[in-house]
Amino acid sequence: MLAGEYGEVLERNFRLLVRLGDIYGADRMIPVGSVQVAGVSYKSIGDPGLEFLEDLADKGARVRVPTTLNPPGMDLEDWKQLGFPEDFAEKQLRIIAAFRKMGVMMTATCTPYLVGNLPRFREHLAWSESSAVSFANSVIGARTNREGGPSALASALCGVTPNYGLHLNENRQPTIVVDVKVELRHEADFGALGYHVGKTIEKGVPYFKGIKHADVDQLKALGAAMAASGAIALYHVEGITPEADLVNVEGLEKLEVDEGELRGAYEKLNTGEEPDIAILGCPHASLREIAKLAEKLEGKRLRKPLWICTARATKRAAEGMGLVDAIERAGGKVVADTCAVVAPIERMGFKCTAVNSGKAASYLPGFCKQAVVFRSIDEILGMMA
Amino acid sequence: MRGRTISPGKARGEALVSRQPIGFYGGVDPKTGMIIERGHELEGKCVKDKILVFPCGKGSTVGSYVIYGLKKNGVAPAAIVNRETETIVATGAILAGIPCVDGIDIDRIKTGDRLIVDADEGKVEFE
Repeated sequence: MLAGEYGEVLERNFRLLVRLGDIYGADRMIPVGSVQVAGVSYKSIGDPGLEFLEDLADKGARVRVPTTLNPPGMDLEDWKQLGFPEDFAEKQLRIIAAFRKMGVMMTATCTPYLVGNLPRFREHLAWSESSAVSFANSVIGARTNREGGPSALASALCGVTPNYGLHLNENRQPTIVVDVKVELRHEADFGALGYHVGKTIEKGVPYFKGIKHADVDQLKALGAAMAASGAIALYHVEGITPEADLVNVEGLEKLEVDEGELRGAYEKLNTGEEPDIAILGCPHASLREIAKLAEKLEGKRLRKPLWICTARATKRAAEGMGLVDAIERAGGKVVADTCAVVAPIERMGFKCTAVNSGKAASYLPGFCKQAVVFRSIDEILGMMA
Repeated sequence: MRGRTISPGKARGEALVSRQPIGFYGGVDPKTGMIIERGHELEGKCVKDKILVFPCGKGSTVGSYVIYGLKKNGVAPAAIVNRETETIVATGAILAGIPCVDGIDIDRIKTGDRLIVDADEGKVEFE
């Protein structure tokens, strides 16, 4: 490929992977089972990204492994009704068209593993989107580094990734034990824990002890928060995640987390008091989370807007089950494709947003100029109804 | 001076040297090639056709796309010379096809020096 026999586009993209491999000490290229591409929202990549992607698509670039797409900056169908700005929508749709032309699957979600891109244990991947990277590595035991938008796309075009970092056994060993001495009640508690641990250790591989129960939604919340406040791409949970029994924790440094630390995380993340809107589904809500919300909203009438963000495929399933109707009857909306972090909510009249996600709570002040109310779903519904 | 090939190619031109890192997204205008970061030591300078010399990149990963945009708009530097190229600049230079060498003692270069960059060989010479 380096000799350019597959054309200029492929040559440059392959060269990019070779150089990144050199920089990080990779010994060779390895095939990847799938790619998740980030850098999709016009808000994140702007005109430079839009022009780059259109150029690539026009030059005939096509993906050669299954490649799924991160959330864009708006609901691709209902953007008008939801109040997304026209000028933004025009650019966003051009970005989507470029990805479509390259053969990328139009999943438009940060949870590809919930809607058809489910890797297997130990499968090598080139994924971007830090929360999906964390989920694939930690909950599934697949193997991917934290790719950036262009490097993930290069892997999609070339079908390979340089063999370094989390593709290697030795780098999947834990670097610190986190002893959790507090009961985690809901996704928000998992998010607060993740925020605290990411902030405290910044990088490395934490090994959690003391988490007695965690479902997939809670693990998704934990990993997402940790990947937002720190560069954590892999964690283990004793008795719960697949590689926890295969690694060695002897002699590791220990971090204890009790009630006080968890409360401290809530205090740091809560920067607002009166939310204008509540946005749930960061990372994108699972069908189970939508069903739970619909149940909680039964017989309630919301005074303020509430969105739950999810993948379009999940929304379709929820529609079929009557869950979207139930949420809309209470005054809420099931928003597909986009999310609180990559949507231009600061341009839509919102100044204070309520979330139950540690990741959203970390990012909203910077990315969307929002004051944040970070609580459990029950507490948020109490404030909105 | 010998360094490492990041992105191949050859170029010659006048050095534009920054002692500070450069963040391309929000720091350099992809339409004009002007450095627009407030308070940056190269603020108001244009990178077009220069051998752009700086220690390393910084800031948003969207910077890679800005480097690509500079090339597409005809206002890119002729070559990039770094002390250590990180992934943002490496990605941008490779995708744009701008010659780029790192591992160079950039303290020996000052703005206005005439340089020959042979990125294929990882070499930077004074003309």
